[in-house]
Amino acid sequence: MSHLRPDILERARELIALYPRPRSALIPLCHLAQEQDGWLRPEAMEEIAALLGITPAEVRGTASFYDMLHTEPVGTYLVSICTNIACLLGGGAELLEHAEAHLGIRVGGTTADGMITLEEAECLADCDRAPCVTVNHRYVGAQTPGSFDGLVADLRAGRRGDEIPPHGTLVRVRRSTGLQADPASVADERAAMAEAQAARAAAKEEGS
Amino acid sequence: MPDVPGPPEETVTFVLDGREVTARKGEMIISAAERAGTYIPRFCHHPRMKPVGMCRMCLVEVSGPRGATLQPSCYMSVADGMEVVTASDKVKKAQDGVLELLLVNHPLDCPVCDKGGECPLQDQTLAYGPGESRFVEEKRHFEKPIALSELVLLDRERCIQCARCTRFAAEVAGEALIDFAGRGERVEVATFPDRPFSSYFSGNTVQICPVGALTATPYRFTARPWDLDQVESTCTTCAVGCRVAVQSSANRITRLLGVDADPVNQSWLCDKGRYAYEAVNGDEVAATPDAPDAPDGRVTQPLVRRGGELVPAGWGEALRAAADGLRAARSAGGPGAVALLGGAQSTNEGAYVWAKLMKGVLGTDSVDAQLGDGLPADLVLGLPQATIDEACHARAVLLLTGDLREELPVLFLRLRRAAVDRTTTLLEVGPVPTALTPHAAVSLTVRPGDTAAAVRALLGGGSAEAHPHPAGPTVDDADLARARRLLADGLPDGAVDGTGVVVVLGRPSVAEHESVVADAARALAQALPGARFLLALRRGNVRGALELGLAPGVLPGRVGLEAGRAWFSAAWGAVPDAAGRDAAGILSALAGGEGVRALVALGADVAGDYPDRGLAARALEAADFVVDITGHRTSTTDHADVVLPVAVAHERAGTTTNVEGRVSRLSQKLVPPGEAWPDWMIAAELAAELGGDLGLTSDTEIWSEVERLAPAFAGCTARLLDAAATRDGVVVPVDLAAVPSHPVHPIDPMGTPGIESAERQGAPPRVGQSAPPPSEGPVALGDGTASGGDAVPGTGRPAAGAGIDPAATGVAAVHVGPADSYSLRLVARRRLYDAGAAVTHSPSLRPLVPAAEAHCNPHDLDALATASGEPVRLRSARGTVELAGRADDGVPRGVVVVDANVPAGAGTLHDLIDAAGAVTEVRMESVR
Repeated sequence: MSHLRPDILERARELIALYPRPRSALIPLCHLAQEQDGWLRPEAMEEIAALLGITPAEVRGTASFYDMLHTEPVGTYLVSICTNIACLLGGGAELLEHAEAHLGIRVGGTTADGMITLEEAECLADCDRAPCVTVNHRYVGAQTPGSFDGLVADLRAGRRGDEIPPHGTLVRVRRSTGLQADPASVADERAAMAEAQAARAAAKEEGS
Repeated sequence: MPDVPGPPEETVTFVLDGREVTARKGEMIISAAERAGTYIPRFCHHPRMKPVGMCRMCLVEVSGPRGATLQPSCYMSVADGMEVVTASDKVKKAQDGVLELLLVNHPLDCPVCDKGGECPLQDQTLAYGPGESRFVEEKRHFEKPIALSELVLLDRERCIQCARCTRFAAEVAGEALIDFAGRGERVEVATFPDRPFSSYFSGNTVQICPVGALTATPYRFTARPWDLDQVESTCTTCAVGCRVAVQSSANRITRLLGVDADPVNQSWLCDKGRYAYEAVNGDEVAATPDAPDAPDGRVTQPLVRRGGELVPAGWGEALRAAADGLRAARSAGGPGAVALLGGAQSTNEGAYVWAKLMKGVLGTDSVDAQLGDGLPADLVLGLPQATIDEACHARAVLLLTGDLREELPVLFLRLRRAAVDRTTTLLEVGPVPTALTPHAAVSLTVRPGDTAAAVRALLGGGSAEAHPHPAGPTVDDADLARARRLLADGLPDGAVDGTGVVVVLGRPSVAEHESVVADAARALAQALPGARFLLALRRGNVRGALELGLAPGVLPGRVGLEAGRAWFSAAWGAVPDAAGRDAAGILSALAGGEGVRALVALGADVAGDYPDRGLAARALEAADFVVDITGHRTSTTDHADVVLPVAVAHERAGTTTNVEGRVSRLSQKLVPPGEAWPDWMIAAELAAELGGDLGLTSDTEIWSEVERLAPAFAGCTARLLDAAATRDGVVVPVDLAAVPSHPVHPIDPMGTPGIESAERQGAPPRVGQSAPPPSEGPVALGDGTASGGDAVPGTGRPAAGAGIDPAATGVAAVHVGPADSYSLRLVARRRLYDAGAAVTHSPSLRPLVPAAEAHCNPHDLDALATASGEPVRLRSARGTVELAGRADDGVPRGVVVVDANVPAGAGTLHDLIDAAGAVTEVRMESVR
């Protein structure tokens, strides 16, 4: 019985097909699983391992390396506050402190209602709107302590549902513009590459 | 890498610390420097694994376009004109820095750490480190230890993240059950939750860990390395013959470490071989409610049955009783009334002396070292032989054997590596997938019993299946064509003689008659005269026992009974009149009272190990007299009239012969417990008791007689075996051209920390000492004649192989009937952790024995409306067994797979098997 939903599984298979080696799709697949569950459940990691022909230990090894992949449960909304240099100067650290106090949790924690997980982030690439905040990887613009409280209230009331999807999802995992080439031509090109490689190897063998 | 066969490679010349050095093109600086006598400190680099450049300990200065820069020498290959400096101030400072950083997090708990005293981190800190620590803060503390598996423990604070263990698991063992988790200072080696590191090769990670982070449960806190005494020997747990360093303290083995023998195990061991020494020590588990049948320890004194009970006796009394019993049987039924089973646990010397006693003194030819789970001796001894190295570099390897990971684990490692590195191509023919299936270019799944038909189809003719099952496996024509192409690939058009092909031949299932595989082998040998064979027999020294005559119809040294009659009659005084019975024949004759009356079990548990358990029990019941020569009590002991305690592995010196016919040294490390004797001594004393003098009083004397009399061993002298150049053993018949003439180059001492044999793996070589010592020189056979094994004109000595004809082996072809579509065919495979004495008597391995289950295709289980895990009943013409049914997608329909050598729950799987039948058909029923 598959843990991943049929649509997720289908997208996973599409992603795997993009790479010469299945294991290259590991990180995108982890994001996909997070789209379903919000975090990487052990069942999901085992299924990813089976899809890619690697071991669950390897999936966990990779997943535990990256901050954007969660091996522990997270809330419906993952609020990331940047404290890198631009944001620090723009009040990021103070905003984070305020967020901790307002939500009643420490960095890395999840509110009791399971709605919000707070994390301190490295540069989120939105320095012109410091201090930068994202919710489920969607920018919500520069925040002040006051506006942050409003944001939290909106999230809890479900008022931002149109722009912020539930659970942490990277847009690019779903973006389908990445591969413009016809799969057949990709396959042809790969075959040609393999042939050339074999020829080189053969030439090398003969030379040695 | 140490020398491997192949064409001479391109070389490059670079400058190492001011002198010109020639190295192989593509070689890493660290290896090239080591061969030139300059040791560069390292942690993550391992000579048998790919570079990773993780620890930075091996930084050296390398000239480049921007001047000299620090580069990891394990990750940069040599280039022409490259200038490398290994000992400049800059390098020294870098090494200081790396060690200081490593020691920031590494605890200074050396006094309580198992690695203390043999620790590469300790040693290299002393040799290359700053000497003083500036770190005064509190170090990290973790819960300790974490069990990665039942055998491997992890102390996380000691880990220096060299990735040797994780790379071993992924790269060498091919099962990445451990990997780094986390990032930065929080990196740790971890398994997936509830998926322990249960690999047959997990002990290797402990051996190669350069710190004390990984420890093995059987060794943890038992010894300090400087208290250990060591000899180099050969593991005889299975027939691969891995070279090992055996370390002991106070007449107890404390651990085994793999020695880097290039042609054999390349420093790896399986966990069974590594930890089965516990059975030698006789460490036993106390009987608990969970394990009420905790085994007895070693047999340490002779026992004689008196009034129905086995009671202790002196050697003299026991030997007299044994001789009387055997003599009585012989006078009642002639020489053939005495039979011997076993010998695979003996040394070559022991096997020879027992063959001499049985065949020369008692005059019986009914001896068999195989217990119905092997192959006819004619095939084993008569087919053209391949070595493991040849298989790993063969154009194609045809696997016609059981799961090698279960049967010959280190051979699996070698072949897996060869397939991954593409030095060979694997083709597989078998009833169920094995651990090598994912690496095989083509895998043909055949129905049990159809192996020979499939092989014939592969060789170009006929259908792959004699009697296909309606829903069973079908050999795909396209696969067959691909396999055929791969067999001929690389040869000129039309030349399909099998040159460059190695067939790994074993028994995929003991429920399939040996004649089926034998038939396939004969077809292969006939159609592919250029092919060579690697006989995948699994019992310790089974190959040596067969080579030395412990099989019907053969005499020592690969000679048929008739071909060697004159030669051995002259030497021994007599040889049997006619060919005797094999194991099946001996047991049937015993059970039926047809000619065999007395049985000698030589280190063999006949009752518990013969596939047809019912036949074995009836035979032992019916026997007039049974002598059990054993190191441990087994179920055969219960039937014995006389029990003689024998020295087991590590308790006797001598030689052993592995699957490829490689003879290597066994060293004695322990004094045998109690009154146990080496098996050759028992045979010699028994002969004296029977009125014959074998004239053999030591293993050296025996070996010189073997070398003189047994043609296949000609030239394989003690001097040759003791030469430093041949420490990895010599393949018989000795081919001088193939015997290495120079000592094996010392390999990286960090490759196998803990082994201190100074000549082999000890201190790094120094400049000027890398050439072989002059006294060693090339080794030569005594008289400098042609290869060993040839006939010697004028003496009457036959050639090795004389009278052995694999094409005319005495096994009758057994008819395979059409499949009944309601029945399933049984595949009885062997597991590594089994019910044998080595595992049963090893407390660490005993819990790892798997439960017996009936693996079958989910469809076949669904048909019974039984869920996976629920009990099913298997019924054959022979008996009935109840087991848990297990759905397994890998098993084809119409087949049920059961592990033959693990203790089954209700009833015993062996009870199902009819050893005389070609295949075993079973009905599977639900139990409700």
